[in-house]
Amino acid sequence: MLRDAMLVAGKDLRIELRSRVVLHQVVPFAALVLLLFAFALGPDRKALAAAAAGLFWVAVLFVTVLAVQRSAALESAPGARDTLRLSGLDPAGVFLGKTVAVVLELIVLEVLLGAGAVVLYGSTVHSYPELVVSAVVGTVGLGAAGTLYGSLTAGLRVRETLMPFLLLPVAAPVLLAGTRLWQAALGIGSSGPGVTGSGSWLTVLAVFAVVYVGLGVLVFGPVQEAS
Amino acid sequence: MVPAMPPVVHLRNAVALTGRFPALAGVDLAVEQGSVVVLEGSNGAGKTSVLRACAGLLAVTSGAIEVLGCDLRVDRTAVRRRVGMLGHAAALYDDLTVVESVRFAVRAAGGDLAGLDAVLERLELSGRLRRTAVGRLSAGQRRRVDLAALVARRPELWLLDEPHASLDAAGRDLVDAVVRDAAAGGATVLVASHELQAVVPLADQVVTLAGGRVVGCCSPIGVDVGVPAGAAGVVPPGVAGGEVVGVPAGVARVVQAGSAGEVPAGVAVAVPVPDPVTSTTGAAAATVPGAPAPTVTCEAGTCDGASALPGAGAHVA
Repeated sequence: MLRDAMLVAGKDLRIELRSRVVLHQVVPFAALVLLLFAFALGPDRKALAAAAAGLFWVAVLFVTVLAVQRSAALESAPGARDTLRLSGLDPAGVFLGKTVAVVLELIVLEVLLGAGAVVLYGSTVHSYPELVVSAVVGTVGLGAAGTLYGSLTAGLRVRETLMPFLLLPVAAPVLLAGTRLWQAALGIGSSGPGVTGSGSWLTVLAVFAVVYVGLGVLVFGPVQEAS
Repeated sequence: MVPAMPPVVHLRNAVALTGRFPALAGVDLAVEQGSVVVLEGSNGAGKTSVLRACAGLLAVTSGAIEVLGCDLRVDRTAVRRRVGMLGHAAALYDDLTVVESVRFAVRAAGGDLAGLDAVLERLELSGRLRRTAVGRLSAGQRRRVDLAALVARRPELWLLDEPHASLDAAGRDLVDAVVRDAAAGGATVLVASHELQAVVPLADQVVTLAGGRVVGCCSPIGVDVGVPAGAAGVVPPGVAGGEVVGVPAGVARVVQAGSAGEVPAGVAVAVPVPDPVTSTTGAAAATVPGAPAPTVTCEAGTCDGASALPGAGAHVA
């Protein structure tokens, strides 16, 4: 399973490096989202800094939708879906491989988004470990859920609209927990670094990630056959 | 005669649905190891559906389907690594290079990369093409990449859907050579095609499908009729009937009733087994004007008889 996962992840990442869709389309989109939020909230840097954590995670959700749709589109070309099914690859390995590729792409995007948020919104990082750990754990959950829903809708004509409709509501816990943890890491509001409750929010992110990785490993095969 | 080995592909009254439409409406087919069987029929006859069912991509909802000894009603995925399919659309990723595409296919199937370079060389994909992104290739070149992936994987069962499509004359010859080599190496090949003149020369058996059922089954019989070069051969309709297609390999095969074709000197004429549903037991004969007395006979009635004849590969179960 792990061998298959590495093979699929390598294939997806190589395709991304060649096509540069993330670099040429998703990164500018993410920068635009941050910029538009800044316009919407006005020039008040205090208001921007206070909203930075939430705006970051909303932007992450948007780019997750794009990254997942791109990942699913790779297998939606005529014949491509059958390629994976006929390849003999373990479906769980395919799921993990695609999830790993999406997560790695999202982490690169989050680094850029995080840097953009600090620059545009004037935020100051108080706790890097909390920031990084929450981002990574949250991203694993988003990547897993996105890959699962992307596969679920892959065979449908309405996949572009249905996938965000399915993914965004279930990603609400990540948005909530991620925002709380980033507020703490950025020293925003009442939740400073290391304040009580951070562990609980991190647990929410971890549970979300474990549930969706486990669910994906279990059901990706049947979903792939049915879609 | 009962085949010595169990069939590689065995469908018994197999029914498969696409939505609520029966893509297969009770197919009976048995294909023996090492044979090349051509599936022919009009659009929607069920040719591609038979291939997809054999690959486990299309679920058989009633009847039975066994492929390479695996019951696909129980587990459709069991044979995936042992089966290679060349579909209508090239199953490739545009942003991967030729060598990366073939390598991915081989590694995914758990195959050996040792023969990769030789396969690319044979399919004329070495040199500059080797490192060209698949998306920049012509349709024919993409087809060759698809075929290279199949050859490099060395599956036990080859499922080829219109394998000559998009290929030039050299590419078509390459497909023919690859298919012959695969069969000679013990692989079993099922070919679905409309281009009968291209695929029949490869075939040990021609199976006709219509409406999701097998409606006919031709079996070539390798008997020398010793006709002069270029002589026109006509097989009487209603007996064994068919268009005689001259082929370079020295074997002429009957395809359709009542039409004529050229028979090269010293070649065999193939005689179809009549429709197994409607025919009765008896002998069918092919005659060629100007040739010695016909010596081609065929046990008609069921294709089981045909399967025991030299060159026969499939029979209606």
